[in-house]
Amino acid sequence: MFDCGMHMGHHDHQRYPDFARILAATPGADFTSAISCVVITHFHLDHIGALPYFTEVCGYHGPIYMTYPTKALAPLMLEDYRKVMVDHRGEEEQYSYEDIQNCMKKVIPLDLKQTIQVDRELVIRAYYAGHVLGAAMIYAKVGDAALVYTGDYNMTPDRHLGAAQIDHLKLDLLITESTYAKTVRDSKHAREREFLKAVHKCVSGGGKVLIPAFALGRAQELCILLDDYWERMNLKIPIYFSAGLTIQANMYYKMLIGWTSQKIKDSYTVHNPFDFKHVCDFQRSFINDPGPCVLFATPGMISGGFSLEVFKRWAPSEKNLVTLPGYCVAGTIGHKLMSGKPTRIDLDKETHIDVRCQIHQLSFSPHTDSKGIMDLTEFLSPSHVILVHGEKPQMSFLKERIESELGMPCYYPANNETVSIPTTKNLKISATDKFIASCSTSQARDSTQKSNLICGNHLSGANGDEKLAEGILLMEKSKDAKILCEDELLQLLGAEGHSLQFEPLLHSRIGEAETDIVDDLASE
Amino acid sequence: CSATNLEECMRKTQTVKYGEEVCFNGMLMLKASSSGLELGNCVWSIKGPRASITYLPSTVFVSAHALDCDYNSLKENDIILFSDFSSLDVMDENNENLGENAMLCDDSLSRDDGVDEDEYVQCLCKNDDIAEEIERISFICSCISDAIKSGGSVLIPIGRLGVILLILEHISETLLSSDMKVPIFMISGAAEKIISFTNAVPEWLCKPRQEKLFSREEEALFGHVELLKEGKLSLFPHLYSKGLLAAWKEPCIVFCPDWNLRHSTAVHLLRRWHADKRNLLVLEQGVDAELALKPFMPVAIQVLECSFLSGIKVRKVNPLLSVLKPKLVLFPEDLKSRCPSKEDAPWSYLYYSKGKTIEIPNTREDFEVGLPTDVAFGLQPRQLDKAIAVARLRAKLHLSKGQYVLVAPKDQSDESNRQLLHWGAVDAGRLLSALQEKGIECAFPADDDDGPAGCERSILITSPGEALVKMAPEKTVIYCDDESTTRLIYDALSSVCNGI
Repeated sequence: MFDCGMHMGHHDHQRYPDFARILAATPGADFTSAISCVVITHFHLDHIGALPYFTEVCGYHGPIYMTYPTKALAPLMLEDYRKVMVDHRGEEEQYSYEDIQNCMKKVIPLDLKQTIQVDRELVIRAYYAGHVLGAAMIYAKVGDAALVYTGDYNMTPDRHLGAAQIDHLKLDLLITESTYAKTVRDSKHAREREFLKAVHKCVSGGGKVLIPAFALGRAQELCILLDDYWERMNLKIPIYFSAGLTIQANMYYKMLIGWTSQKIKDSYTVHNPFDFKHVCDFQRSFINDPGPCVLFATPGMISGGFSLEVFKRWAPSEKNLVTLPGYCVAGTIGHKLMSGKPTRIDLDKETHIDVRCQIHQLSFSPHTDSKGIMDLTEFLSPSHVILVHGEKPQMSFLKERIESELGMPCYYPANNETVSIPTTKNLKISATDKFIASCSTSQARDSTQKSNLICGNHLSGANGDEKLAEGILLMEKSKDAKILCEDELLQLLGAEGHSLQFEPLLHSRIGEAETDIVDDLASE
Repeated sequence: CSATNLEECMRKTQTVKYGEEVCFNGMLMLKASSSGLELGNCVWSIKGPRASITYLPSTVFVSAHALDCDYNSLKENDIILFSDFSSLDVMDENNENLGENAMLCDDSLSRDDGVDEDEYVQCLCKNDDIAEEIERISFICSCISDAIKSGGSVLIPIGRLGVILLILEHISETLLSSDMKVPIFMISGAAEKIISFTNAVPEWLCKPRQEKLFSREEEALFGHVELLKEGKLSLFPHLYSKGLLAAWKEPCIVFCPDWNLRHSTAVHLLRRWHADKRNLLVLEQGVDAELALKPFMPVAIQVLECSFLSGIKVRKVNPLLSVLKPKLVLFPEDLKSRCPSKEDAPWSYLYYSKGKTIEIPNTREDFEVGLPTDVAFGLQPRQLDKAIAVARLRAKLHLSKGQYVLVAPKDQSDESNRQLLHWGAVDAGRLLSALQEKGIECAFPADDDDGPAGCERSILITSPGEALVKMAPEKTVIYCDDESTTRLIYDALSSVCNGI
């Protein structure tokens, strides 16, 4: 099972995956026996939100894999979400604090590029995906069938994370996210300047800036950006993080420096970028303080919790600014703000909020754009592609592109749809030393490759005009099949080779003619 | 060795993580796994198409800092190159505790059928190694605390990172309990980088320390982070750094990992402290203490020589081999007496010694080749007799990631239908019938020698084209100018002669 997430836009049972389908597919089984393992790509709730429910409530007790940062940071996200659900929305608790702890205890942490044998047949491996700290793309192989599931990824580096990185792999299938299936993003610097300009303008006018973001992920990125800018422009206006989560988050980021960008890894002993100079903790009472400030508050799409509380207070003033993350799920206030310019948002039948503040849409989402998706697909060159995590019309467009430009079949199944992909299968046969040697000599003659010997996927003999290997496949009753050379076969059969020659007819006559001449001469 | 040399050398190295498979030249798959001795130390698994070798240097099964030896990942390998020489340095083998521990690991007492793998694993993972190590560290710390109490300073020129980190961790506890406020200095060009590095690599540490990352209570992976934060531990690149001179206070504890007998921080401080019997010098065993102290003789400073866990204990060697189940063990000749080979071991031994080249026999005769289904479906097998069938195989042989794979050729010419190998004799009479069945007019020539089998026979063909077929015991020649007739003759011949 790749990922186990929650749909942030639904508030009923629809928020969870339809786990019953697993049991329906394998009758007589329970969750633990039906699934070999669960692999989680990163700590965003749409990828991990349902995990404690799956393990503690549904009852899955098999292995769960995720990277070290994901295992460290996921409980913070899950606990934060749980509190928002229960404390702020008064909903029935889906899983408890203990459930989250118990669930995480079962998790086996993964490092990048480690080949993990899950069971006798299944092998998995994690690759760096960018996007958020600890996000991974997962390679899975059973026998000779191999696939990669990308989770969410970013093909360009940002301030605190590197770009996604993966080896050349032989794949039957690539399952890739397609959040921005149709968009190509322009330069990051331009977008950063726009954001900083908007923020600076707001605080210069005495306004407050609300940046709704989960404590982990975009918040760190934007914080580094703002901290740098504040330093350069010598601004004294406070930048706040809603208390609690920051301290813990920053402590983790310091222990997980190995998962950040190369630039940070090279310089953290001198200056740790997660030691923010201008960031302070927020007290609740500050909400009503006059004067400008910048505040990071969770959750990210103003779907509830503290960011909603602050929004209610600050939205009515046109001096203030709210910056929205690049993507908001339908059903959230963030989404409503993004679509059109609402002057009023209805929270429920009785309450509404007057919206007079500025809205700025951030567009440095940590997702790859369509160029990145095409680049990755071309790089990996799988036999088939499946698109997920996107919107239907854009996915349809991207599917056409992939099929026409890259020539591989592409699908974008809806939820609960099944897709079957044919896979390679290699039979394992013994071959004699002599056979291998005979092939190698003919190929060695043709190969002139002397370049870098250490490479992950050295496919010797990939060039087309080589001599073919010739051998005999021997199948003996109650013995394993074997590949031999021709003379080894003769030896085995105890037979002598019988050569067959083709000559022009004339040559046979020459022989006769010679005999005649000799005879004639003899008779003379 | 200059800085440029170092940089050049490092540029040529490729770094890998534990468990990361790297391919060399298409043929060998290399994989490093933790060895347990120090941060980053590893055992190597090298797999080729026909052989798999484990390179086993010094290993520690339960460590207090580094990730434990990952012997599980070494289980399928055929050959073990045993290269852990640490037991050669152990002085008192005789004084090893021959108690209950020994019973469990002593093969002469246990029988093969009685002991299953779990018991061997238990023996390997017994905490005795780590318990001894912790005891040693505690003892060192108590000596340090005694020296401090008496007003002396402590010099620790030990280079082993794991040991330094453990001592730092325990020292803070010891000092706290006795309420002593003594500064701790670490003087080395690499100090700052190493110290911050160790708190940023949870994936390389032992499991209990990894748990600190996941639990919410702990703030760091090692105790020294707290010491640094509280200002009790300070790092300086060298003895005459401005900061150190300003902060210097005696008594103090100094770690100087760059140990050099003649010019290093340690030597300067020894000169300063050697005459006071309150001071303490903690040395790692093996460093020639006499030689190191000679220039300062006579010394009054207390010297504590310690040996630290450097590899596998002799009594754990056979249980380890029993768990790994190799086919062949390459063992150092020098260790043979210390570590007797297991009786009735299912593996064989080959002993190696300095200067001698030994050849290692193949553990497997044949190679394994992957045959894709599309190539398999393209085969045309031919049954030779009740027990044997053969098929001609024409494919490209690829070597990728240490595995051979046959790949279907791009152009499938119908030459694949032709039989190219023939054997056995050709019966002239049967050939004649076969030719006639194909509608070919043929006959034995008038002067054909119908003699005993084994001599030359001929068949003359007149229609549809002219041809002559000469059969000898090991050779048949078809004389013909016309391609279609030749083809017919060939087909007839193939039907009466064994071939593929």
